[in-house]
Amino acid sequence: MSLLSARDLQVTLGGHGVLQGVDFHIDPGEIVTIVGPNGSGKSTLLRSLIGAVRLDRGSVTRAPGLRLGYVPQALRIDPTLPMTVRRFLSLPARVETATARTALREAGAEALEGRQMAGLSGGQFQRVLLARALLNEPQVLLLDEPTQGLDQPGSAAFYRRIEEIRAHLGCAVVMVSHELHVVMSASDRVVCLNGHVCCEGHPETVAQAAEYRALFGTGTHGALALYRHEHTHSHDHADAS
Amino acid sequence: MLDDFLIRAALAGLGLALAAAPLGCFVAWRRMAFFGDATAHAAILGVALSLALSLPIFAGTLVMALIMALAVGALGGRGLAVDTLLGVLSHSALAAGLVAITFVPGARLDLSAYLFGDILAVTRTDLAVIWGGAALVVALILWRWQRLLTATLSPDLAHASGIDPRREQHVLTLALAVTVAVAIKVVGALLIGAMLLIPAAAARPFARTPEAMALIAAAVGGTAALAGLEAAWLFDTPAGPSMVCAAAVIFLASAAFGRGRG
Ligand SMILES: Nc1ncnc2c1ncn2[C@@H]1O[C@H](COP(=O)(O)OP(=O)(O)OP(=O)(O)O)[C@@H](O)[C@H]1O
Ligand SMILES: [Mg+2]
Repeated sequence: MSLLSARDLQVTLGGHGVLQGVDFHIDPGEIVTIVGPNGSGKSTLLRSLIGAVRLDRGSVTRAPGLRLGYVPQALRIDPTLPMTVRRFLSLPARVETATARTALREAGAEALEGRQMAGLSGGQFQRVLLARALLNEPQVLLLDEPTQGLDQPGSAAFYRRIEEIRAHLGCAVVMVSHELHVVMSASDRVVCLNGHVCCEGHPETVAQAAEYRALFGTGTHGALALYRHEHTHSHDHADAS
Repeated sequence: MLDDFLIRAALAGLGLALAAAPLGCFVAWRRMAFFGDATAHAAILGVALSLALSLPIFAGTLVMALIMALAVGALGGRGLAVDTLLGVLSHSALAAGLVAITFVPGARLDLSAYLFGDILAVTRTDLAVIWGGAALVVALILWRWQRLLTATLSPDLAHASGIDPRREQHVLTLALAVTVAVAIKVVGALLIGAMLLIPAAAARPFARTPEAMALIAAAVGGTAALAGLEAAWLFDTPAGPSMVCAAAVIFLASAAFGRGRG
């Protein structure tokens, strides 16, 4: 059974149709990546899945008692709100310091515990958000462009970490990403979104699909080939955490 | 001991400071300063209502403040920028209240008591209402604290954790309306916003966590209330505005400290 599924979603924001007839599901242990151009409704789909968007039509179904971890695309903390990283991890459920430290280490942010959230760099912030999402041992991780602001080794390490976390927690992962070449090799399934689901399936199948090529051109296919080339030779980048 | 009007005034000021501190922090964090003002200004309409219907002032102001806060919340998402909308509502409510109150015989005389408070005239009953209301506000905020903080940080993170941010907004709305109703006797409709915002702002440079900020704000508010009262007694100045002035002085000192350190 799917952990989380959406049927026939229709969403309008600010009088503008954002999603039409979108079906989506995620099964235990799967890594699904959502790709699509800017403004194609990727973030809106994720926000619909967590129940933050009013649906015009359709429904979202969660497995009973489902534990979710969510990393939003953008989050700005108002500087009038004092908040250490440690305190942030205890929202909304208070966690033991040992648990918080483990999550920070898993997210590659162990040195940041005592820092103020408003003073973190973009990449550090992103790691802390991931740490928070890992705290409740989620069954599904929803990550909206999780590698934005990470340096390139950081981003490569991030995807490896996601794989490790999946292996360790057995959680499913839904990711939004623009890094097509990386994504293509890291996912079990790719959903190509442009207001509606253009095409979906195994990364190789999607990369060949006419709808996908219409959106991203054949250039990405080149990038995919390039990545495969890298992939066979460069398993030795430093883990920069 | 409660026979002494100065003691009653001091206790009233402390009660308000206690409720206003954590709520004022949320007002600052959520950028709700205008929202607070609009609700407070509606209280004057509530005074007119109470006088016309011979209700307790507390009841009338509570009802009007709640109506205003809910109206603002409902209109929020539509068209006009929220700032503009709140400005329009806030000033209109004040003007309408001032007009309405002139229709109530005899009320014109003590209008300034409702605009700037009349803390030296606080009775034992008033004191019970003020402390009851303050306790309610503090209890409400403590009960929802973790959820309120999460929703303040990000509505999306709240949703992902199964928290409905709109419900938390309603909790704050209710707390705000009760605080306004309690504060009108102490600092008056025009200065409630100041008692919410200034202690929170003064606490910010010294705090590393939200809890610390709320506690420091309570200390600042309490100190300002007592110092203001003392000043009012010594210099024969109006008590409510003197309390706000004392808070402003503490804020200036804190801001100077914050700059010096940052
Ligand atoms: N709160 C909102 N009010 C009005 N329109 C919105 C809102 N949020 C999103 N939209 C619109 O919905 C569309 C989809 O936005 P969304 O953020 O889901 O895109 P996206 O695929 O995540 O884009 P990106 O790659 O830039 O992150 C856009 O046209 C955007 O302008
Ligand atoms: Mg997006």
